Amino acid sequence: MTTARFWRENASRYNMIGVQCTICGKVHFPPRSVCPTCHRKSIGKLVPLKLKGEGEVFTYTVVHEAPSQFEMQKPYVMAIIRMKEGVMVTGQLIDVEASELAIGMKVKATMRKLGSDGPGGVIHYGYKFAPVRQ
Amino acid sequence: MREVAVIGIGATKFGELWDLSFREIGMQAGLAAVYDANLSGEDIDALYVGNMSAGRYIQQEHVAALVADYSGMARDNIPATRVEAAGASGGLALRQGYMAVASGMHDIVVVGGAEKMTDVGDNESNEIQSSAADEQWEVTFGATFPSLHAMIARRHMHDFGTTREQMAQVAVKNHKHGSLNPKAQYQKEISLDTVLKSPLVSDPLGMFDCAPNSDGAAAVVLCAMEKARKYTEIPVKILASGQASDTLALHHRNSIVGFAATRVAADRAFKQARLTARDVNFAEVHDNFTISEILAIEDLGFFPKGEGGKATMDGQTLLGGKIAINTSGGLKARGDPIGATGVAQIVEVVTQLRGQAGKRQVADAKVGLAQNVGGTGATAVVHILGVA
Repeated sequence: MTTARFWRENASRYNMIGVQCTICGKVHFPPRSVCPTCHRKSIGKLVPLKLKGEGEVFTYTVVHEAPSQFEMQKPYVMAIIRMKEGVMVTGQLIDVEASELAIGMKVKATMRKLGSDGPGGVIHYGYKFAPVRQ
Repeated sequence: MREVAVIGIGATKFGELWDLSFREIGMQAGLAAVYDANLSGEDIDALYVGNMSAGRYIQQEHVAALVADYSGMARDNIPATRVEAAGASGGLALRQGYMAVASGMHDIVVVGGAEKMTDVGDNESNEIQSSAADEQWEVTFGATFPSLHAMIARRHMHDFGTTREQMAQVAVKNHKHGSLNPKAQYQKEISLDTVLKSPLVSDPLGMFDCAPNSDGAAAVVLCAMEKARKYTEIPVKILASGQASDTLALHHRNSIVGFAATRVAADRAFKQARLTARDVNFAEVHDNFTISEILAIEDLGFFPKGEGGKATMDGQTLLGGKIAINTSGGLKARGDPIGATGVAQIVEVVTQLRGQAGKRQVADAKVGLAQNVGGTGATAVVHILGVA
């Protein structure tokens, strides 16, 4: 994967920058140019919006068979998170015990290393999610 | 639109075909179908080939011309077109062929599907399959193709009380059917315990919840119905073809306990055929994971949403049950050479409608359905076929 590809996505991967449709108010992440609800009239009417990073687990799994990039991390937890803004996002769940895992669990986004272009290559960062503890 | 018939079918054995190359399996299936239809190469107007990822599996693109060439048709210069929609490539190729004949553009079309998966290792194959999901916003973050289906399974269990055992029963049932299919990759029955105790791939899914890597090809010959009886006494009619798409990423759906694309494609097909789910005698569905079959039989309207697991456990989808599902063994036991799968489903449906399915014959089979899915439901294709 080239550095340019990751660089293009950095704003959204580092800071969870999405967009909000100013017609229907719906939030989209990652950014889109056309709102799936408002279609043509939404073009040019989507404005950047930074997600708060707070959400809850919609579903999850523990990955035991992983691609080479994630081999060192397995078993690891993948989840789909429903963000406060309504949009859903796929990411890893970290700092969590298997026994704690539950649908509805409150989580917060945190910046972590996602991977690298091979040993000694450019490191890619992005969001993962950790439980919000009382 | 003209009526369209299937007048020929052919398929290779599915499995680890180490002694056969991509072009050989493509050619074998195609020639078997052409032979079955009593045709010769010069009768064929066009070729469509469903294939997901020859570029990554065998470093070869441009595979439709390749298959046409090695099937001896290069000098006939027929149009040869590759069709790709991940796991739905085969079903979608059939739809292109169907539309070409229905429209009057062509009279006789061969539709093939092929994938050669075992020339790469398992890890690489898994990564190729993950590219059917959203590479930038799912896979980069660590999602694998099985993990996305595992998250569907978790949510289905949460919402409807579907159990691990009910999912496992899908694999047990499909292996039982596979044991009756001499072309299936796995022709051995397995126990519920085997599935439940298999190593975890992505919790709650284990190894026996996942379709295998396979080599294989399948082909059908389509012909305008008005001319079909010139070639065969047992033409099978394509009653309808429905296709739908959805968001590429799973996380952009309002609901993940069903595939809207399947429901919409099925609605479109049932409307065209003027039939309902109740009129279908048997179906081949896309069980790339055990949970996928449960989703399919609910989304197609065979069982109410949330009751697919229970119906499976009760034996309602077994041969001889309320509606036989995946009599071929499905993707799980027949094998899942990705691009071939959608066409292999049609081969099974036609075999059943002709009454040629031997030990796995569905009694009084009049109407059969095939549902083929790409990715985590971003593409779905539904075909309904009937005796002519």
